[in-house]
Amino acid sequence: MAWTEKILRVNLTQGTVTPEPLNMDWAMQYLGQRGLASKYLAAEIDPKCDPLSADNKLIMTTGPLTGTSASTAGRYSVVTKGPLTGAIACSNSGGFLGAELKNAGWDMIIFEGRAKSPVYLYVENETAEIRPADALWGRTVWETDAMLHRKHQDPLLRIATIGRAAEKGCLYAAIVNDLHRAAGRSGVGAVMASKNLKAVAVRGTRGVGNLKDPARFLQSTAAAKKLLAESGVTGKGLPTFGTQVLMNVINEVGALPTRNGSAVQFDGARDISGEAMREPRKTDHRPNLTTNAGCFACTIACGRISTVDRGHFTISNKPEYWGASGGLEYEAAWALGTDTGVSDLDALTYANFLCNEDGMDPISFGATVAAAMELYQIGALTKTDTGGLELNFGSAEALVRAAELTAKGEGFGLELGLGSKRLCAKYGHPEFSMTVKGQEFPAYDPRGIQGMGLTYATSNRGACHLRSYTVSSEILGLPVKTDPLATEGKAELVKTFQDVTAAVDSIGLCVFSTFAWSLADIAPQLDAACKGEWNAARLLEAGERIWNLEREFNNAAGFTKKDDTLPERMLKEPAGTGPAKGKVNNLAAMLPEYYKLRGWTEEGVPTAATRRRLGLGA
Amino acid sequence: MRLTIKLYAGLERHLPENAKDNAVIVSISNRASVNDILRLYNVPMDQAHLVLRNGVYIPPAQRDASGFFVDGDTLAIWPPVAGG
Repeated sequence: MAWTEKILRVNLTQGTVTPEPLNMDWAMQYLGQRGLASKYLAAEIDPKCDPLSADNKLIMTTGPLTGTSASTAGRYSVVTKGPLTGAIACSNSGGFLGAELKNAGWDMIIFEGRAKSPVYLYVENETAEIRPADALWGRTVWETDAMLHRKHQDPLLRIATIGRAAEKGCLYAAIVNDLHRAAGRSGVGAVMASKNLKAVAVRGTRGVGNLKDPARFLQSTAAAKKLLAESGVTGKGLPTFGTQVLMNVINEVGALPTRNGSAVQFDGARDISGEAMREPRKTDHRPNLTTNAGCFACTIACGRISTVDRGHFTISNKPEYWGASGGLEYEAAWALGTDTGVSDLDALTYANFLCNEDGMDPISFGATVAAAMELYQIGALTKTDTGGLELNFGSAEALVRAAELTAKGEGFGLELGLGSKRLCAKYGHPEFSMTVKGQEFPAYDPRGIQGMGLTYATSNRGACHLRSYTVSSEILGLPVKTDPLATEGKAELVKTFQDVTAAVDSIGLCVFSTFAWSLADIAPQLDAACKGEWNAARLLEAGERIWNLEREFNNAAGFTKKDDTLPERMLKEPAGTGPAKGKVNNLAAMLPEYYKLRGWTEEGVPTAATRRRLGLGA
Repeated sequence: MRLTIKLYAGLERHLPENAKDNAVIVSISNRASVNDILRLYNVPMDQAHLVLRNGVYIPPAQRDASGFFVDGDTLAIWPPVAGG
């Protein structure tokens, strides 16, 4: 039935590991992964707790389809209270770790308390042990991965680990698995570091069996894979160009936040685009892109594996970076490049390598450097503050030096590691922080794509594109084209995308599958695998329930309607060029309608009727 | 009149040889429609998914309208693409 129905509870304070049964009543309501782990978190921690205290918990969680042969079913998430935002955090990753955990026989691992000294968790099927990690502390992700593989003499061991950034207090530190896939956003790595937990190493050989109807499961997953293969987006566009195909698109529509959002189009966009990554470099005549790559069971394979020119100033004397490694995806290329005004593709790729190597969210890192550059531009931040770093917009040297310092937690990198909200407040210009609820927004300017303004403002984990990717409709025409500059209908569009995405995440599938699949294509796969009767309507309701659960956690943590907003720049400074020229984001025209559609009060609180309808209690 | 044509995500193979960075500036008839331009450069109609004039989406129903462009316009075209 796809769930293993087993949880591993790891108490780091007491040094105990205890198996317990999965709450199947909750699984029927919240599916798994994001939804189910959020239910456990909300039930077990005080929403007002300090995210970096022993009172917070950190949950690594799979979905019911994770580890099966359904396409894209390799996802796992890390759910915790996020230190960057103080809101509920759910950070989703691909690669192979999630499927391995499921194959070891576990639906999720709940970490609680704090170890006295550094430890890692070793899981081999039903055996789980807390082991000392003193020798791993202070090491990068890549070093830790190599050391654990060597120690256990098992090349198939799957490892999720933090790097040095997390250990040094970076509030947007990631947990990296399989060398370059990451639970990237909201600082889940910082929570892991606060627990003195360096890594989780997993080996599972039990398989994911016990499917409700194996023959029907094979039929429904095969039919769904055919849809992915036949779609121009998932069958051709994503494997060929990756998400980076968007760089030129979003620039052309005038919604590419540039130089900390001071402009909406970037003259260097083409030089750092997916198209450019495939062309031979002028210097060494090799393309940036070496190959595409797929996560567990994925038949899309959008991942990028890239190289930097060995003669490039960033790595000419560092042969350890001469090989191919995890390359730029759109959000990373935007944050590291467009937002800082840097159009040197090799420099961005190197900075991206560093984000993987030491576990940093490239979106929040790049956007924080961009904010620092604006502070530096007006003189609010000086060379004395930065330790000599000249943070000029467009400077590739400044970008990569900032990445090196933040990755290692040295010098001004310690301040950059706290994110743009804290940095801009410290230097007297909070308005330069392009954040919602403390988290940096990604690569879509809400002045040029109105629905993304509502998406950012209402995202439960702080500004994020993956909570309701209305770009799909507003720009790309999937499943239907809507006008990116209109606000009419966007409240409903955002709500629908939010609920669908919550369901897809919670099943253990990749949200990119929804470029070709609707819930009607996903439901038969889940229904063939799992106990219960699953159809699209029930999945949509589960998604809505999950959204409200996350909202109630945040409300209890102290967030209010006033936090559902955007940076002042997006609401008051009109776009200067392109189709959105003269426009700001008209959030006020969308938010009240959104609350109403959600069944919330005018203050953004789920009403008693909504709570009853969704089974959230009286 | 002058029109900048930009073709992306594999469609650039249909651009003339003097194109650079996915773009070329050409002279077109004042009466040209979007689909006239597609035919002129052998861009398959079913691959012209995202069609933008100066960054604004042109729905299929308007792509046969003649006299569609003004001097200095930019036409940018992609096959079905998405990212995130």
